[in-house]
Amino acid sequence: MIATFLIQDGVTNGAIYALLGLALVLLFSVTRVIFIPQGEFVAYGALTLALLDGGKVPATISLLVCFGAIAFLFDLWSMRRGTDARTFLRSLALNLVLPGVIYGITIMLAPLDLPSVAKALLTILIITPMGAYIYRIAYRPLADASVLVLLIASVGVHLAMMGLGLVFFGAEGLRAEPLADDNFSIGSLMVSAQSLCIYGATIAIIVGLYLFFERTLLGKALRATAVNRLGARLVGVRTHLTGVTAFTLAAAIGAVSGVLIGPITTIYYDTGFLIGLKGFVAAIIGGLASFPITAIAAIGVGLVEAFSSFFASSYKEVIVFGLIIPVLIWLSLSHGFHEEE
Amino acid sequence: MKNRFFAGMAPVAALSLSLFASSALADITIGVTISSTGPGAALGIPLKNSVELWPTEVGGEKLKVIVLDDAGDPSIATTNARRFVNDDKVDVMVGSALTPASIAVAGVAAESSTPHLGCSPVPPNISKGKWTFIMPQDAGLIAKNLFAKMKADGVKTVGYIGFSDSYGDLWMGQFKAIGEQYGLKVIADERYARPDTSVSGQVLKLVAARPDAVFVGASGTGAALPQIGLRERGFTGKIYQTHGAVTFDFLRIAGKAADNTIFASGPAMAPEALPDTAETKAEGMAYVTAYEKKFGPGTRTQFGPHINDAMAILKKAIPIALKKAKPGTPEFRAALRDAIETGGPFAASQGVFNFKADDHLGLDDRAVVLFTAKNGKFEITK
Repeated sequence: MIATFLIQDGVTNGAIYALLGLALVLLFSVTRVIFIPQGEFVAYGALTLALLDGGKVPATISLLVCFGAIAFLFDLWSMRRGTDARTFLRSLALNLVLPGVIYGITIMLAPLDLPSVAKALLTILIITPMGAYIYRIAYRPLADASVLVLLIASVGVHLAMMGLGLVFFGAEGLRAEPLADDNFSIGSLMVSAQSLCIYGATIAIIVGLYLFFERTLLGKALRATAVNRLGARLVGVRTHLTGVTAFTLAAAIGAVSGVLIGPITTIYYDTGFLIGLKGFVAAIIGGLASFPITAIAAIGVGLVEAFSSFFASSYKEVIVFGLIIPVLIWLSLSHGFHEEE
Repeated sequence: MKNRFFAGMAPVAALSLSLFASSALADITIGVTISSTGPGAALGIPLKNSVELWPTEVGGEKLKVIVLDDAGDPSIATTNARRFVNDDKVDVMVGSALTPASIAVAGVAAESSTPHLGCSPVPPNISKGKWTFIMPQDAGLIAKNLFAKMKADGVKTVGYIGFSDSYGDLWMGQFKAIGEQYGLKVIADERYARPDTSVSGQVLKLVAARPDAVFVGASGTGAALPQIGLRERGFTGKIYQTHGAVTFDFLRIAGKAADNTIFASGPAMAPEALPDTAETKAEGMAYVTAYEKKFGPGTRTQFGPHINDAMAILKKAIPIALKKAKPGTPEFRAALRDAIETGGPFAASQGVFNFKADDHLGLDDRAVVLFTAKNGKFEITK
């Protein structure tokens, strides 16, 4: 009886970690960035949804406009030695017009009492473009740097995003309203509609990613970049485009995770980091390369967390993060020693 | 190039001029180090806001207040405190909001002989320090009142759930130390961390242990997580919360799950409801009115009043010390310390401080009130 509760709890959290883990693997394989701030997208998403629930205009939209403006300045700087009208207009549309439109839509819709699904979609719409801007601002100038430099940049982005989160959302936690409020009982097990949403969304995203990588040209370009960056460039894949795509996808996945987790727990401006780290544990177990292993490992992390919180709550984090150590030993033994790049 | 250099220097020059100007005018310097970012931000921000309500002069002397952020980090707090002592020559230090950072400030206060008013609870060996005085209610005082209430409610077995940090240990320590005197037996000890996304495992274990009541040793909205979880899993017994959880954000997040929960609190959370005879009423009303006028209705917290109380003490102690020595000198700092220690009782918003040489906590039962949450409001309970 208790075990079924714990399993359900573990799988629910594990599904969220799976989404984060997948985003991390996606980003690392395409851009070689170990994206520590992935959790921040989750926190931003959850907090934005919670503010929309309260009928308030979320501060994330001003943040989005600022990010867009900075990205536009970066574009202008790189265009300073001459450019054509098309590039300029595209940058203008992507960096200034798009956030402006989202800003307008949000201001208009926020005071209306929208159905919760609409609020969730609006939240995802607000957060998703941030991925592209963050890539433009922090990572594109460093695209050819080593993994270590990119990691350090990630730490910087993480600290910056967390600080901005404190400024925009305040220090206290928020909790969003669930997408659906019902509970079902299957046998002795109570299942909340929210957790069904989580399972559904996770499966949909996994299937969606699979189709994207297998069936679309852009997806194949991303895979090509992941396999060999230089080779992909030589055959005409624009690696900047794949970078932007990967970051936008990651931000979208983060926003979805935030929308899903916001109603089941209290989210703070700094909660994202810990959730992201647990997704990271799963991604490490998947060797930062394998999507299916990452997804399964994430469910495993959720289950271990649920059971350790029951049997030894003071040691929960130790147990969860301790999972990495045997995996790392096994990975390094089975692959032998090799210099990173 | 040269022009640009001068353009850059101008504000710096102006700034240093104004610094000189202000240090020449301001007579009493107060250094405040607060964790307004980092893990203690929820506590630190109301403290920082409350500093803005301080008067500009006391006893006819102008106040120069320097506020620095320590992010709750003891090493930054130490750096801040050293800066106060060495560069700014402060007469008194205030802060910080988190226990480790306050311990760090207390260390610098002791070695530089500077009076220090701490705004977080500290372990007994620190509050025994000659130069440090503590504003918040000490855990022992709160625990005594809560445990007595539990005894009166007929509670015998208690399930404990708290933060997996020093705050959680603090309350478990109180159960071990004095729980038995009140006939309380802890039958489950569970821990969680504030950013955890779920406490289902811990809650299931608590419910399975069937305690008469559950005691939550957590602070801020983080304390709402087990509260909601317990009610979701059908726990019907009483739930007791510490003063760290008494915030309106807690009620907003916990919603209906908070009903009938007992909280210990300082009186400054609800000075309106106090009888007119209460010594804390006047100061509490003045503070809460001023704070909510500036930062909006319903923004008062448990933590902000500590800054107000530090000033309430200084307002009375500074004039005494001014009779003995001039600000900015070691003699003034020593006189101020003596005035704080012996000049009481100081009626403030969170209690009546009456320090003694061997008691730098200074508070008694007047500093604790009990609340019950009902329909999204805190109501005073007997």
